[in-house]
Amino acid sequence: MAGESQSQLPSGPAISWPWVLVVFLLLAAASYGALIQAPEEATMGLIQRIFYFHVSSAWTGFISFILVFIGSIAYLRTRALKWDWLSVASAEVGVAFFTVVLVTGPIWAKPVWGIWWTWDARLTSSFLLWVLFVSYLILRTLVDEPERRAMVSAVFGIFAALDIPLVYFSIWWFRTQHPQPVIGNGGSLDGRMWRVLMLCWAATLGVMALLIRIRYRLEAMRMEVDALRLDASRHAR
Amino acid sequence: MSLGRATVTILAKELRTEFRSRELLGTTVVFVLIVIVLFSFTFNPTSSESRRFGPGLLWLAFLFAGSLMLQPSFLREQANDTLAALRLAPIDPFSILAGKMAANFLFLLLVELILLPVFAVLYNIAIFPILAPLVLVLALGTIGLATTGTVFSAVAAQARLRELLLPLLLLPVLAPVLIASTEATVGLLRDPSELSLVWLTFLVSFDVVFLTAAWLFGEYLLEE
Amino acid sequence: MATPQSSSSNDGPQSLNSNPNHGRGSGLTIGYSGIEKRYGMRMALRGVSLEIGAGECVALVGHNGCGKTTLLKITALLARPSKGQLTFSAGTSALAADDIKRRIGMVAHNTLLYDELTAEENLVFFGKLFNLPDPAARAREALEPVGLLRRSGDMVRTFSRGMRQRLAIARALLASPQLLLFDEPAAGLDPEGQQWLGATLAKLHAQGCTIVMSTHGRNETQASVTRAVRLEGGEITHDSGPRGDPHSVLALAAVRETAEGDAR
Repeated sequence: MAGESQSQLPSGPAISWPWVLVVFLLLAAASYGALIQAPEEATMGLIQRIFYFHVSSAWTGFISFILVFIGSIAYLRTRALKWDWLSVASAEVGVAFFTVVLVTGPIWAKPVWGIWWTWDARLTSSFLLWVLFVSYLILRTLVDEPERRAMVSAVFGIFAALDIPLVYFSIWWFRTQHPQPVIGNGGSLDGRMWRVLMLCWAATLGVMALLIRIRYRLEAMRMEVDALRLDASRHAR
Repeated sequence: MSLGRATVTILAKELRTEFRSRELLGTTVVFVLIVIVLFSFTFNPTSSESRRFGPGLLWLAFLFAGSLMLQPSFLREQANDTLAALRLAPIDPFSILAGKMAANFLFLLLVELILLPVFAVLYNIAIFPILAPLVLVLALGTIGLATTGTVFSAVAAQARLRELLLPLLLLPVLAPVLIASTEATVGLLRDPSELSLVWLTFLVSFDVVFLTAAWLFGEYLLEE
Repeated sequence: MATPQSSSSNDGPQSLNSNPNHGRGSGLTIGYSGIEKRYGMRMALRGVSLEIGAGECVALVGHNGCGKTTLLKITALLARPSKGQLTFSAGTSALAADDIKRRIGMVAHNTLLYDELTAEENLVFFGKLFNLPDPAARAREALEPVGLLRRSGDMVRTFSRGMRQRLAIARALLASPQLLLFDEPAAGLDPEGQQWLGATLAKLHAQGCTIVMSTHGRNETQASVTRAVRLEGGEITHDSGPRGDPHSVLALAAVRETAEGDAR
């Protein structure tokens, strides 16, 4: 009933403007760092700068999926729907970030290596992770009742998250047996490049947190609306 | 009743039901056969190429077949709500899952063993020298397939579009098994004494991880 | 008070419930305290509190969707309440969770039987799961009083609705339960079947088993009822109480249902 879900609904506005400002500033700083300040890479030239966002998105997407794992376990233990809201928010944001990875990868590869895709270990793993969590999202659309949906998504979410290290290892070991061109930075990173990378990562983490918070609120409000709708239809009779 | 005994009782029931009709067994075998034949059209099945592509295609065929025939596992229990009957009994809920996982494992393994010689003949691959290690790889991979497949069929049973959903959920999760089993088999065909310890350990890890996950979290799927 | 006996059965072929503890006091007592059940946004049960004593034969009445089935499912431990407490006791001792399931028998809306197994195989299977000492013998014993011994080797798929219902009841009685739950047991039975059901309920009631039964209309099954509880919208509206006369509540429910039927 309306009273019940109100106690679960987080208070305050969905978008807190100070936070948005901070994230925006971080992004601006990161973009400046990546596009202008960072030293130009010797062999690859300008296009290499995309690497900062490519790698940051991958790491951040990875963290999003860990949040799905945490949310799923927490839901099964506590049955509090807010953990399910966290899971779906994190899954969607994670898929978004991995889409960035899958798009920036080929964009980077084509000018440098002449081919769009080489099935290199990291990119292939990213692809599989992307598919895995898209399946998670599809599963959610196919179950209507909120508690049942939360339950089955939680179980699948746990299995999917446990699969992540297994995916990475199997593809990596496969690649060491059958080497292929690696879409990566090749040599080690210069100190300045590391700093820019860390800045980019912080910026993407900020974006992740913001998006998850907004999506989480959206899910909470959706439940609130459903509750009100049900109440209204009952009183109408 | 102890977990072990309840599991065995349910396993016996599953096997009895399955072998009484044998319709699922026959259909699955024919399906894998069709896939193997179709695959043979996609490349020239001379000896050298067969050894490179064959095992992967065989495993793909098994995965597809598995993701289709694992459906009935829980759907069968929806007919007369016999799942409720199982849950009424004073048994550990995990034994319901475990019994079905064991039954699906045996069933799939049987399908694979039936088709292995057929595959060897059609693709001119000598499997006798490597039979023992090959069956080991088959068994380990099938444990992973049966474990995740049974849990996901319980998931899919609660959703719409379940026939499409089960392969959608299962195949990405099983990609590591596909890689490991294929590589191990290819390695064996290349050199019969070389059974890749890395891939073998990997398969065992996969099985342990997901069996544990099924044990810890699977029974939530049976609740109402 | 009597402590629970083991579920061995040596009382002769005619006794349906072979609990050697005949007479009142051998059934389970159930305590519902503030039971709530929510499915998504829908409240199936709102704050149900009730005490059912040993040996009572309680009829749950109310129109479809009032929460009868949900309450029965929660009692059978098939569903967990969203809020509230459920306690069982046998004699004076409260029962631990593990101990409860083997004392409950349920006949649900679905048959809960495997179509592709024979009648005997079904009973032996469930007998094993209930940890009975000699499942095969017990299965044959259980088939006799329901008149299905001749058909023990036939697959349930070939049975009529009435026969399936009888087999379902045999299954529920397999482990000599102290609590029986029925969800609209008379549905789909012809008049002869209903009569048999009524006689069976009377016998079980006489043996001291606690019975909770959801029933729809007036039929033969209501003869043994000692208490009637009416549910509406997930709440108890009328309760004739452990010592009251159930028939007024039953009549009230029947009238309400007819009125609703006319209104539609």
